[in-house]
Amino acid sequence: MSEQVIAQNGMARLLGKLGRKVLGAVAWLGDMASVTGSSLALIFVPPWQGKHFVLQLYALGVGSFIIIAITGAFTGMVLSLQGYYTLAKFGSESLLGSAVALSIIRELGPVLGALMLVGRAGSSITAEIGIMRVTQQLDALQMMAVNPQSRIILPRIVATIIALPILVSMFDIIGLAAGYVVGVEMLGVNAGAFTGEMIAKILPEDLYAGWTKALVFGALIGSVCTYMGYRAEPTTEGVAKATTQAVVIGSVGVLMMDYILTSFFL
Amino acid sequence: MNEYKKIEMIVGAFVLLGIISISWMAIKLGQIGGIGATGYPLQAVFTDAGGMRSGSDVMMAGVVIGRVGEVVVNERSRARLTLLINDDISITSDAIASVRTKGIIGERYVRISQGGDDEMLLAGDEIEETESAINIEDLVSKYIFSSSEE
Repeated sequence: MSEQVIAQNGMARLLGKLGRKVLGAVAWLGDMASVTGSSLALIFVPPWQGKHFVLQLYALGVGSFIIIAITGAFTGMVLSLQGYYTLAKFGSESLLGSAVALSIIRELGPVLGALMLVGRAGSSITAEIGIMRVTQQLDALQMMAVNPQSRIILPRIVATIIALPILVSMFDIIGLAAGYVVGVEMLGVNAGAFTGEMIAKILPEDLYAGWTKALVFGALIGSVCTYMGYRAEPTTEGVAKATTQAVVIGSVGVLMMDYILTSFFL
Repeated sequence: MNEYKKIEMIVGAFVLLGIISISWMAIKLGQIGGIGATGYPLQAVFTDAGGMRSGSDVMMAGVVIGRVGEVVVNERSRARLTLLINDDISITSDAIASVRTKGIIGERYVRISQGGDDEMLLAGDEIEETESAINIEDLVSKYIFSSSEE
């Protein structure tokens, strides 16, 4: 009898734990959606934060350009090298251009670009807002009747949404150019075949797919990173934990969203 | 404020560079609103289009002279292709359109062989003489079965 009770208690505790976790996750998602949504809605409400938006676009977009360019160049180069190695086994090196272009434009440009943006810009967004929380700057803004959602969160989300498609397009072009250099100049693939196959195989749908991904990832990074900073525990450890979590959730979220977008919509 | 002006300028340059990148990709790679959209349309009906897709090449004498537009099945269950031919190319009314393959396993394209007629096709006209795709599997199986019967 008593053993049964203990077993039931154990079972109940286990189920309770699981339920609590799930409810917590749902509440977390809901809170993030509400913070992001209410911040984005403020885009229609004056005062407009044009200056802060420009400053954020400078910090997040222009600041990430170098790392995006380096990542793009090396991605294109290694793709060309590996693609050549594989295609040469079938004697179809002439397809190298389309192989490199399709992988970069459809997949690697948006995903690697987004991961780089999470690592470089996302972490700084979370840390910055988290420290504003610790040092009570957010409260100070509220005291002065300035809504921190419209002054701090909104410009950052809009900046990532606009910056990522631009950065991804630059990533694509630099990657293709680097792939061309390795494929044509170093490995000796026919230049006409490389560019001709590339142009013939890239359809408008592929470009739209890449840009849609970039827009969605930009929104995801902006909302996750601002939210993690906004709700960070106001302690030193809290900010450190929030920054780590923002990068982890942002990166994993990008990869998960990438699969969902690719399989269902694009 | 001077510092901010400088930042504003750099951001402007960044966005401009982004717009140039996006439109370069759209025009050069995707050919959105580019060369693919121009040219005059001709119709051609095939019994077998052999997996032809819109965007495939239309060639004459081995030179690309246009692209395949729409590929649909018509009311008589045949494949109707819209060919977008470059404006500077005129095609005789007795020309032959055939679905060909680049190499053995390469991609499909439409080959146009000019006829001897003086009359030229106008936009929207149909190329009457067509030759469908050669299906290698059919050829192979025909060969195998005809030789086993002997």
